[in-house]
Amino acid sequence: MLILAAALLRRRLSETTRSPLEIDSRQERRFARAVGSAIALTVLVLVMMTIASFFAGKSIASLSGTETLAVRITGHQWWWEVRYPGDDRSQSIVTANEIHVPVGEPVKVELDSLDVIHSFWVPNLAGKRDLIPGRPSELTLIADKPGIYRGQCAEFCGYQHAHMAITVIAESHEAFEAWQSRQNAVASAPGGDEERRGQQAFLSTGCALCHTIRGTPASGTVGPDLTHLASRRALAADTLAMTPGALAAWIADPQSIKPGAKMPRIALSADDLNAVVTYLGSLE
Amino acid sequence: MSGLAGKPAEHTQEALKGIRDTGLEEVRLRAFLAHAWRTPKGFYGWLVTVDHKLIGRRYIVTAFLFLILAGLSALAMRFQLAQPEAGHIGPDLYNQLFTMHGTTMMFLFAVPVMEAFAIYLVPLMIGTRNVAFPRLNAFSYWVYLSGGLMIWIAFAFETGADAGWFSYVPLAGPEYGIGKRPDFWAQMVTYTEVSALAVAVEIIATVFKQRAPGMSLDRIPLYVWSVLVTAFVILFAMPAVMVSSTMLILDRLVGTKFFDPAAGGDALLWQHLFWFFGHPEVYIIFIPATGFVSAILPTFVRRPVFGYLGIVLSLIAIGFLSFGLWVHHMFATGLPQLGESFFTASSMMIAIPSGVQIFCWIATIWGGRPIFATPMLFVLGFIFTFVIGGLTGVMVASVPLDLQVHDTYFVVAHFHYVLVGGAVFPLLGAVYYWFPKITGRMLSERLGRWNFWLVFLGFNLTFFPMHILGLQGMPRRVYTYPPASGWGEMNLFISLSSLVVFAGFALFFLNLFLSLRNGRIAGGNPWGASTLEWATTSPPPSYDFSRLPVVTHREPLWAEPDVLPVVEGLRVDAREVLAGTVADAMPQVRVPSADNSIWPLLSAIAVGGAFLGSIYTPWAVVWGAIPVSIGFICWFWPKGEPEDEE
Amino acid sequence: MRHRPVADVSHLPTYDFGSASPMWWGTLAFIALEATGFALAIGTYFYLAVLARHWPIGAPAPDLLPGTAVLVILVASVVPNHMIEVWARRQDLAKVRLGMVVMSIVGILPLIVRIWEFPALRISWDQNAYGSIVWFLLGLHTTHLLTDVGDTIVLAVLMFTQKGKAGRRFSDVSDNAFYWDFVVVSWVVLYLVIYWAPRM
Repeated sequence: MLILAAALLRRRLSETTRSPLEIDSRQERRFARAVGSAIALTVLVLVMMTIASFFAGKSIASLSGTETLAVRITGHQWWWEVRYPGDDRSQSIVTANEIHVPVGEPVKVELDSLDVIHSFWVPNLAGKRDLIPGRPSELTLIADKPGIYRGQCAEFCGYQHAHMAITVIAESHEAFEAWQSRQNAVASAPGGDEERRGQQAFLSTGCALCHTIRGTPASGTVGPDLTHLASRRALAADTLAMTPGALAAWIADPQSIKPGAKMPRIALSADDLNAVVTYLGSLE
Repeated sequence: MSGLAGKPAEHTQEALKGIRDTGLEEVRLRAFLAHAWRTPKGFYGWLVTVDHKLIGRRYIVTAFLFLILAGLSALAMRFQLAQPEAGHIGPDLYNQLFTMHGTTMMFLFAVPVMEAFAIYLVPLMIGTRNVAFPRLNAFSYWVYLSGGLMIWIAFAFETGADAGWFSYVPLAGPEYGIGKRPDFWAQMVTYTEVSALAVAVEIIATVFKQRAPGMSLDRIPLYVWSVLVTAFVILFAMPAVMVSSTMLILDRLVGTKFFDPAAGGDALLWQHLFWFFGHPEVYIIFIPATGFVSAILPTFVRRPVFGYLGIVLSLIAIGFLSFGLWVHHMFATGLPQLGESFFTASSMMIAIPSGVQIFCWIATIWGGRPIFATPMLFVLGFIFTFVIGGLTGVMVASVPLDLQVHDTYFVVAHFHYVLVGGAVFPLLGAVYYWFPKITGRMLSERLGRWNFWLVFLGFNLTFFPMHILGLQGMPRRVYTYPPASGWGEMNLFISLSSLVVFAGFALFFLNLFLSLRNGRIAGGNPWGASTLEWATTSPPPSYDFSRLPVVTHREPLWAEPDVLPVVEGLRVDAREVLAGTVADAMPQVRVPSADNSIWPLLSAIAVGGAFLGSIYTPWAVVWGAIPVSIGFICWFWPKGEPEDEE
Repeated sequence: MRHRPVADVSHLPTYDFGSASPMWWGTLAFIALEATGFALAIGTYFYLAVLARHWPIGAPAPDLLPGTAVLVILVASVVPNHMIEVWARRQDLAKVRLGMVVMSIVGILPLIVRIWEFPALRISWDQNAYGSIVWFLLGLHTTHLLTDVGDTIVLAVLMFTQKGKAGRRFSDVSDNAFYWDFVVVSWVVLYLVIYWAPRM
């Protein structure tokens, strides 16, 4: 850039008009040498960068094979299904849009998609990896510090690509195990009339066709598993914070909050809506 | 020119027909030629013309109209993104907008506008009177126009493509594609590819065969070299997207299973085929732009380009290497590491020939005496911007880095630096440079400077911050972002800056409009340039040159500034051009050049109708074949042209 | 600018054969781009074959008879095709007329056999990706065959009219023969892929 500026601003010694074809042959030879060395330098830098890139890629790849924990993530339009495969069915955890990992331990993330292509990306933990239907893949991530890491779908996947975030919560090994055992349990039974009424409304108005709440007849698989909904930090793939108000707004009219989302608007009376919100809010 | 001897033997009878230009005085010569090469007056003439200048001009105007549409959709997106969770534009419209923006910019603006300039300039620069296949040329324009109109009319009826300009399956496939949107996209691609391939074929034949006598390979202007290399890249890259878009439409229409993993198909197959075309596509846009630079630069530094051979070899190297890069769009799909390394290396390697060109241009400037006219400003703006785009390009070629910035605003910033900085700046420079040749009037220098600085500064203010946004993790193709992300202020800044770019382009169009009526009269060679297009009047007559030039030097008009060496012996009562040998441009044949015809238009309508119908039923292809064949037969059936008389 | 005549081209012919004619280069460019299309389609075939656990997927290898018949006819057609090229260069109108009629018939024959060739694939295009790609390959070649036979017939008719006597028509006939060679060669390759790759 500097050379360009110099070339432009250089004082011309012979400003007299001369034919454009009069070329100074000594100058041409100097140019040839200068251009030649500039090219040689470029080649050198590029070769070094290629080698550096290769080793960086290798050291990232060397993490795989040492994992102590596996998480299975399935992309859906527009949310993330998260499973922790256990030794038997009763131990397997199913949740959505939120991954808990123990700090400092490499975690194997198995990725698959059942509809379109998504891409799993938590910028502060690892690079992207696409979720391609029919081509399961995996990725190793490791969180060195405890904390909450936000991730987001990075491959355009339709209407609500913008609202398809995932949260990774890295915590101490003990905290992680405590979380794991809570998630393993089936949903707590409704306590009190309001929660019972809520469960009744949930089961009878069609919610159960798409959602599962383990421990109840609700066993739909289209939408996220709600067994421990209230333990999550956010709703609708990090579109809303998990508060009773947001939950009520979301159930009342998902399409105005996340247009195009697969969750339909279901007509509920105000009382039923409140009861459903209370019930779901109890599913810690 | 003793080497000009042909082989008269058995052709003598034929060779002696017609009125020749030999010894004809200039006034009578021009009258004859004007009659032989005329385009009928009025609307009908507009439909039937095969004049490369008229077709090139309308190609350019159409491409710029599509630029305006795509630019307005970008403005609408910036309006929505100015604030977090803004509700101006919903996801349905937003997804259509960014898809239409990308699709239009790539397929309907950038590639066609580069071809348009080639159609206009190549015959003039190599000293002939028309392209090799004038009717194919006319046909290609009509096909391009109908493809562009079709997809924008579909957009107006809320059927705009919305799966991205790359239309990844399964999102664009039979199961998830919305309504007929991906079908319109796929067929628009087919249209524009047909037209691009047609132009590539005629450019190759024209440059190979119709160069002025004496214009051997080492005397071809660098711009023409760049267009020739581009034509070859088109020839080998575009079939990939035709194959893939055909497969897509077959999957959607008749239930083939190319991309369906449940039936042995594969979603990644689409990406391989698409990027096999998609990466060379970038070079299809970029290579002619470097040609503009190599054409403009010598004129404004008053010396030939340094390193002619080096630049030609770089162009060819870029053409080849552009086919070795496609996988770098797919690093995140998870390929074997060795394969990734290969594509990293080849992506880095393409920086070498690009570097060669940059260094040669800088040496040229160093050795010359720069004149800072508007075309030159755009060239300098290009070098500055492109170097930044090239550096970030080297960064995204590295797999570990790419896995972070891929599909973020960093990449948005990168390719806008490469495509706007690397192609649109030289293009605007080219408009300022050749506008006098095309219209006969100069553009205003004062407005031109304002135009340059607004576009240049506005561009950098708009796109530079996107690098930072990308590194902060803002993904692409989102219609909104959460307030908590902290991206709001920078997005507002970007949206405001985009208004500066908009103002710059508004001035550009104002300048075109005003200068068309009031600009200073240009004369034949207003810039004192060296290539053949400046040897004829501005604007050039329908026959381009009253006598075809002979070339004795790489910079013909600097070597022979006053008197142009020409050939004689061509017919003036019928359209005739010279065809010569490929390497040395030794004349071999006086080839008749096709006359005006309505059939390219009617054939294009038939082809267009068949494509359009195929969106709704496969039978459209079968029944559509009938009018298409009629169109083509009538097109090629000789209609008593003089050369066909017994 | 003033002009200075330095060469006279009045004695040059108005048509010529092979690489002297711009049309020949146009034909070559079209052949190059179509060959690229074929190559990519064949690449897709092997790409899908490598991905699949069994190839062909869910179908027996295609029936050899009709495809081989087309191969025999096309390869045999090279002989009259080459003769017509020689006659065209000699500008022997009577022989070229005869040759064009022969080539039209020779062109229609494989199109008729092809009617039996699609069912001989023994799979439908919408059954799975294997079915899709073999139909695609065969369809692609049929399109080329149709176009060139159409072109040949039109040119044959033209040769019998007054306009057929113009010298340029011989150049057109020669370019048409050149393109036919491409149709034949591309079938040899596609035949091996469609019929013999599944038997490997």
